[in-house]
Amino acid sequence: MKEVLLPRARPSRWVEFGFQGLSILMALLFTTLVLLMAGAPPIEAYRQVLEGAFGSLKRATDILVAWVPLMLVTSGLLLTFTAGLWNIGVEGQIVLGAIAATGLMRALQETSLPPSLILILAMAAGMVGGAAWASLVGLLKIYGGVHEIFGGLGLNFVATTMILWLIFGPWKRPGIGSMSGTEPFPEHLWLPVFPGLRLSPWALLLALLSVALVYVLLRNTYFGLRLKAIGKNIRAAHRLGVPTARYLLLALLGCGAMAGLAGAIQVTAVYHRLIPPISSGYGYLGLLVAMLANYRVSWSVPVAFFFAALNIGSIQLPITLKLDSTLSGVMQGALVLFVLLMQGARARWRSKPVTEQGDDA
Amino acid sequence: MVPHRYRWIIASLFLSVALALAACAQPAATPAPATATAPAAPQPTPTAAPAQPTPTAAPKGIIFGMLLVGPYNDRGWSQAHYEAGKYVEKKLPGAKMLYIDKVNPADRPGTTASQLAEELVAQGAKVIIFNSDDHKDEAIKFARAHPDIVVIHASGDDAWKEGKNYKGIPNLANVMGQMEYGKMIAGCAAALTTQTGKIGYLGPLINDETRRLAASAYLGAKYCWEKYLNKPAADLKFKVTWIGFWFHIPGVTADPTQVAQDFINSGYDVIISGIDTTEALREAAKATQAGKKVWAIPYDYIGACEEAPDVCLGVPYFNWGPSYLAHIKAVLEGTWKPSWDWVGPDWKDINNPDTSHVGFVKGKALSPEASARLDEFIKGLGDGSIQLWKGPIRLQDGTLYVEEGKVATPQQIWYLPQLLEGMEGQSVPTK
Repeated sequence: MKEVLLPRARPSRWVEFGFQGLSILMALLFTTLVLLMAGAPPIEAYRQVLEGAFGSLKRATDILVAWVPLMLVTSGLLLTFTAGLWNIGVEGQIVLGAIAATGLMRALQETSLPPSLILILAMAAGMVGGAAWASLVGLLKIYGGVHEIFGGLGLNFVATTMILWLIFGPWKRPGIGSMSGTEPFPEHLWLPVFPGLRLSPWALLLALLSVALVYVLLRNTYFGLRLKAIGKNIRAAHRLGVPTARYLLLALLGCGAMAGLAGAIQVTAVYHRLIPPISSGYGYLGLLVAMLANYRVSWSVPVAFFFAALNIGSIQLPITLKLDSTLSGVMQGALVLFVLLMQGARARWRSKPVTEQGDDA
Repeated sequence: MVPHRYRWIIASLFLSVALALAACAQPAATPAPATATAPAAPQPTPTAAPAQPTPTAAPKGIIFGMLLVGPYNDRGWSQAHYEAGKYVEKKLPGAKMLYIDKVNPADRPGTTASQLAEELVAQGAKVIIFNSDDHKDEAIKFARAHPDIVVIHASGDDAWKEGKNYKGIPNLANVMGQMEYGKMIAGCAAALTTQTGKIGYLGPLINDETRRLAASAYLGAKYCWEKYLNKPAADLKFKVTWIGFWFHIPGVTADPTQVAQDFINSGYDVIISGIDTTEALREAAKATQAGKKVWAIPYDYIGACEEAPDVCLGVPYFNWGPSYLAHIKAVLEGTWKPSWDWVGPDWKDINNPDTSHVGFVKGKALSPEASARLDEFIKGLGDGSIQLWKGPIRLQDGTLYVEEGKVATPQQIWYLPQLLEGMEGQSVPTK
């Protein structure tokens, strides 16, 4: 126990800074190379992405629209990563949150309940749905011995099947069989947005709250400390009296609730209906953000923002340069690869193994 | 513990690198065409009264934006729209098209069509064309939020005063071709060619539009089967299989390649495609290479046969150019008004690129006899001697839909609630 609490020797922060900077430069170089191979002017492409991301207030707030679900998911994932869990099932947890929120709104939209209450209940339903789905991953792991990666992947497939079945079946639009989605909700059941923008202050607030919550949990509580102990060495933690099964489950429940909330926000604030790709891949992207941020809450905020900005900015590429906007995906992938590469290089340079994962918030 | 400000410094490196790049980029980018900013020159607003022709003001340019649901080069629905945009650019000096393709949430996660439309407006577009039935809700949302932009939604009915969904939005128009005729011709060509008497229809999703188009293909097939081949209608099998969307989305829709193979393996030797892409044609070509005799009829795009001409019986296609030209010209001249256009073929020449909204190009695989009969059929459709939407027409469940001697109203055709009697396949989704 003492060992866990002792501060570890760290390399100079300037060295750390240098390694991180180097990986970013390498990712930029790599993306530039890809652009050149595609026959596109790289500088102009980067300029378009920047302009597309920050060129107007609306665009800048659009970044936040994408940042909200990404940040919610990433916050949740930081809990599970800290506990040493690879919660790949986060995609399915977003989907189940969206399904639960949609189900609740469909059930209550004809009633005379005030819209604000319905929306609050929808958010709660999303959290419950996501948490319930995540608990399956946990139960499979703890009682079934199924590794959370396989359990999660399997449950992701089940979630996709479920959402398709609902959209083509019980929740289809009258006379229509299409994956386009369910009937849109009436406008009074849309999460309110800033006038003229797409950003909802409530969604933003929920994302900020979740970041703050995870930050405090991991830094200032026994809960966080025990999660870290489990993440470092689950057997040791168990012998020292940490109820590991309960904590693993709690981490998954927390992550599932935040992912489910992201799903509920996608339904109530972005698409205003249920569509098959409702998760928008934010689950997998959240995994990348957490890795790139070195599993730290404070870093994950700007990294998630950067990823969201890339997504919004790259919309310009097909319009002005006739480039495929999947370029943002290339850039994100390259960044993660090079950062992981540099972490390896740094570890060698220090000539001792590191397990940085979740060592502090 | 590392002081937190250092972490923020590291994190902010992302931003500084990006900003440094921007600073470098600024001078280099200036000589490039300034597409990023909206033209500063005064623009004619679409709602303004016709401008006074002043000697200094030559006809100004106009930028129109197009949102394509699929890839711009899909050899189907989206490419037909893309080529129409090129046609407008050619015919209307000063007109310039901006487009985004793959506008659907599976290909562009996290974005909505109205958000992408706003990006086109930010680049100066004054007219936005939403090209898919899938964009219906987004087109309405966008039109209501941007009353100064003219919105054209292809295939919708929200601007149809006599329709079921009239919204009365002053800046929203609908354009659709009377593809019913194209599908009748396709059905006829299929019936004249099939050797097994089994025609497969590869359907997209199920809605009013897809039901009436599949039904039209069946009506054409049945007519030619009975009238030209003198065979009883009961011997003609016509089966519709739906994939769930306008094109294949792996893991979400059924796989059209698989559906086409299933048709071929169960003896269907002509496949009529109702989806945006050309899987049916590809699979027919593959089966033919393997020694079977299978033909296909693609859809939407005039050049669709090129992919496998030897098994292509022809293609019913849309020619959106003239309609879009008329709309955009009207916007430029300040005379635009919302309308619901359900435009038919030009029967004098259904393949006239400047006048006919719907056409049919025969394929290499169509036999000379079948070709001659098809010409006779097209002539009959054009002069009104052949009227296929005429009673008695029964729905799939046996209910009489159009009474004996009566011709179906446009509403009855547009909002066809089921497939027709004699057709196999789902009328309404039950999955």
